[in-house]
Amino acid sequence: MSFSLKVNGKSVTVDVPPDMPLLWVLRDVLDLKGTKYGCGIAQCGACTVHLKGVPVRSCSMPISSMQGMEITTIEGLSADGTHPVQQAWQEIDVPQCGYCQAGQIMVAASLVAQKKNPSDADIDAAMTNICRCGTYNRIRKAVHRAAALGGAPATKAHGATDDEQMEATR
Amino acid sequence: MTTSVTVDRRAFLRVVAIAGGGMLFGSYVRTLNAMSPDASPDASPDGYTFNPFIKITPDGKVTIIGKNPEVGQGIKTSLPMVIAEELDVDWKMVTVEQAISDQRKYGVQFAGGSLSTPMNYEAMRGVGAAARWMLIAAAAKTWGVPAGECTTSHGTVRHASTKRSLAYGKLLGAVATITPPALPKAAGGTAEVATAADGTPVALKDPKSFRLLGTRVPQVDDKRIVTGKPLFGIDVVVPGMAHAVFEKCPVFGGKVVSANLDRIKSMPGVKAAFVVDGGAALDGLLSGVAIVADTWWNARTARNQLQVQWNEGPTATQSSEGYAKRALELSALPPEKVVRRDGDFEGAMKGAAATAEGAYFYPFISHATLEPQNCTAHFKDGKLEIWAPTQMPQPGRQLVSKTMGIAEDDITIHMTRIGGGFGRRLKNDYMVEAAWIARQAGMPVKLLWTREDDMHHDHYRQAGYFWLKGGVDANGRLVAWRNHFIMDNVAANQFPARFIPHYALETSALPHGVPTGALRAPGSNGLAFVIQSFIDELAHAAGKDPLQFRLDLLSQPLLPATGPADQGIMDPERMKGVLELVREKSGWGKKLPKGTGMGVAFHFSHRGYFAEVVQATVGAKGALKIDKVWVAGDIGRQIVNQSGAENQGQGAAIDGISEALGQEITISAGRVMQNNFDAYPLVRMDKAPPVEVFFLITDNPVTGLGEPALPPVIPALCNAIFTVTGKRIRSLPIGNQLAG
Ligand code: FES
Ligand code: FES
Repeated sequence: MSFSLKVNGKSVTVDVPPDMPLLWVLRDVLDLKGTKYGCGIAQCGACTVHLKGVPVRSCSMPISSMQGMEITTIEGLSADGTHPVQQAWQEIDVPQCGYCQAGQIMVAASLVAQKKNPSDADIDAAMTNICRCGTYNRIRKAVHRAAALGGAPATKAHGATDDEQMEATR
Repeated sequence: MTTSVTVDRRAFLRVVAIAGGGMLFGSYVRTLNAMSPDASPDASPDGYTFNPFIKITPDGKVTIIGKNPEVGQGIKTSLPMVIAEELDVDWKMVTVEQAISDQRKYGVQFAGGSLSTPMNYEAMRGVGAAARWMLIAAAAKTWGVPAGECTTSHGTVRHASTKRSLAYGKLLGAVATITPPALPKAAGGTAEVATAADGTPVALKDPKSFRLLGTRVPQVDDKRIVTGKPLFGIDVVVPGMAHAVFEKCPVFGGKVVSANLDRIKSMPGVKAAFVVDGGAALDGLLSGVAIVADTWWNARTARNQLQVQWNEGPTATQSSEGYAKRALELSALPPEKVVRRDGDFEGAMKGAAATAEGAYFYPFISHATLEPQNCTAHFKDGKLEIWAPTQMPQPGRQLVSKTMGIAEDDITIHMTRIGGGFGRRLKNDYMVEAAWIARQAGMPVKLLWTREDDMHHDHYRQAGYFWLKGGVDANGRLVAWRNHFIMDNVAANQFPARFIPHYALETSALPHGVPTGALRAPGSNGLAFVIQSFIDELAHAAGKDPLQFRLDLLSQPLLPATGPADQGIMDPERMKGVLELVREKSGWGKKLPKGTGMGVAFHFSHRGYFAEVVQATVGAKGALKIDKVWVAGDIGRQIVNQSGAENQGQGAAIDGISEALGQEITISAGRVMQNNFDAYPLVRMDKAPPVEVFFLITDNPVTGLGEPALPPVIPALCNAIFTVTGKRIRSLPIGNQLAG
């Protein structure tokens, strides 16, 4: 069956089984490999993307429910790693293996877009993804740092001009 | 300060020009790393092989090879940093390239045992230093000045008195005319000198002048990680590739009798479905059903319709309950094996002023790497190309070669970034499966296990059962200790052997059909819990401060070594050093609110000395909150990358806490009962305490950090719980033992 949606600002139409999760459409049909598979049952958050700016676990969202939806993936957060959350993550050298980090960043991007200055309790409540390597201390620090860098509209930066991105990082 | 040493005549620098300008610098050695169990045969007739680690191009760009698999331990950043330091280039000039698996070219390549740093640190220094010597010699020759008057910095050779300088990239032509030197070799860690053919010294830098090592350097892949670039095994795409799933018997070692393959082949997108016979080794190719489809989702969907008749085999009658029952029976019998007996345990117990006794247990646990096992393979014209997130590429090649009858030389292995290892990827079962399926399907195939596959077919951390007794004398000195360990073997020199005058270590085997393997700090991750918890029991029995009791234990005169197996035990002075450090950093002994307390533990493993303190609060209904962890470690005279090292220390502590709080694999009817993360809880943000990491710099060899920081945190947590509640945790995980 064919389904149309918007991914990172681009309209796409895919011809896939209706129960195929968005995760696998992204990874294996659209070749966007940044969104990761960890559990397939909405437990780990490695597959987190934004649905209209809200973080969702794409392994558990059948493509049939995505008709006409606007999705942003890690690849769409910024063209070159300049989103404040991505910057903070690099500055603080958050990753160990790095496998969970795209999902963590997507949740963090939405958090700092909604809350100018998230508290530790806000972070505990929002950042529920698993990091098997245990980088939580640095994730927490990086969320605070990203907020200090000015947060950013969660899905805005895709297709943003260099100027806008510069703005976002100031 | 520099001192002369004997030159290892078998190791030289070699320089090779490359097409399009540029030079490769590398070691030229007769034998591979002496620690290698399986050094490849030499490649050239004279027995020397070229190991190119550095590429410099005329534009001044420097490429350094990361030789070992990157599993999240940061080695792809840290080993190239060592070369860059000695080469004296700015880190921003450096691009790191991941090596492919080729042990003739790069020496032994694996990620395990926290060995990458100790096995490579001095060798990488030598390569960098000899390349720098070549560049200096080239500049000196160009200028007609003595090499000894030239210095380097920021990738440039300088001659101060004539104010001349040349960037490395401009010296490549002249380098080709210089005879490469032998490689300097550091044995003691001070800067040492080898001598080139013309008598000029090839010196390692004095560590005091290090500019890069010891600083905070973000991982070289950070930008690619935060932008979602395809780095991992699961991300590999090969043109024309299909996707595979592989269903094995849920009971370990079970075999396929029959399967409804015709039904599966009729499912949408399915390209092939077949039975793989497999063999008997639980870490090799096992019997199962492969389904290959156009997308992974279609392969997985088809699998939902798969009906297999299994011959489950003998393990089907086993269970965790059965193991526990058998362990209890064995505990009442005389031990099968007396591993060690010092002094007179029974006599000492009779004369003890206070004694303690406890039965300890830790369960099987799963590695649960966040990236499930996967591998991509392409078989063409008798040759195999493999892309694998593996910690052990060469043994993987050997396994595939032996299983499939393909010569090792016809197998290429690309080492992808690895989404977590923790020892799981020391095994290569997924690699041989992918290779086999790709050959039989006749197309390139990416095999991806589901999370459920991953949890059901791990090589689990071995469970263990322990019966302990111990006693202290009237001075509160730990004098008697008996440990009956029921499961498998334990080293005779395992701490606290030789620190206690009347000591008995005994084992009884408990055979079972569960595949087991190394998990981060293997052995130690469980033993430390048992040993350091029981030491705590005895400290309390003696009425002593648990930290001081440990310092006193470490100060007891060591019993004489009884044989070679007694070598290689810890240096008690180094352990006392980290205990003192963690005492100071944690504020041990300070007044804490009611319901809050601290616990301490230490452990020596993988050459590393770690002492850790956990502060925990237990509230109403046994609600446990871990307030903070202090980690103090001694891994020698140099921290390579401060940022990476702290990250490892924090991760290890949180990993250990995660194991302690909730992780347990249970067996019923020969199969694993946990399917996914809902039944196998990993710590998340809200339960992860702040972890502070401190390093004690001592004049000892530079050693690894992936593993040794983990073991002490588990007993430190359990000991803190005892301080607060008086409840002794003798069985992991902690789960809801504190409730009610
Ligand atoms: S893969 Fe979607 S939550 Fe784990
Ligand atoms: S960095 Fe490895 S899972 Fe988070």
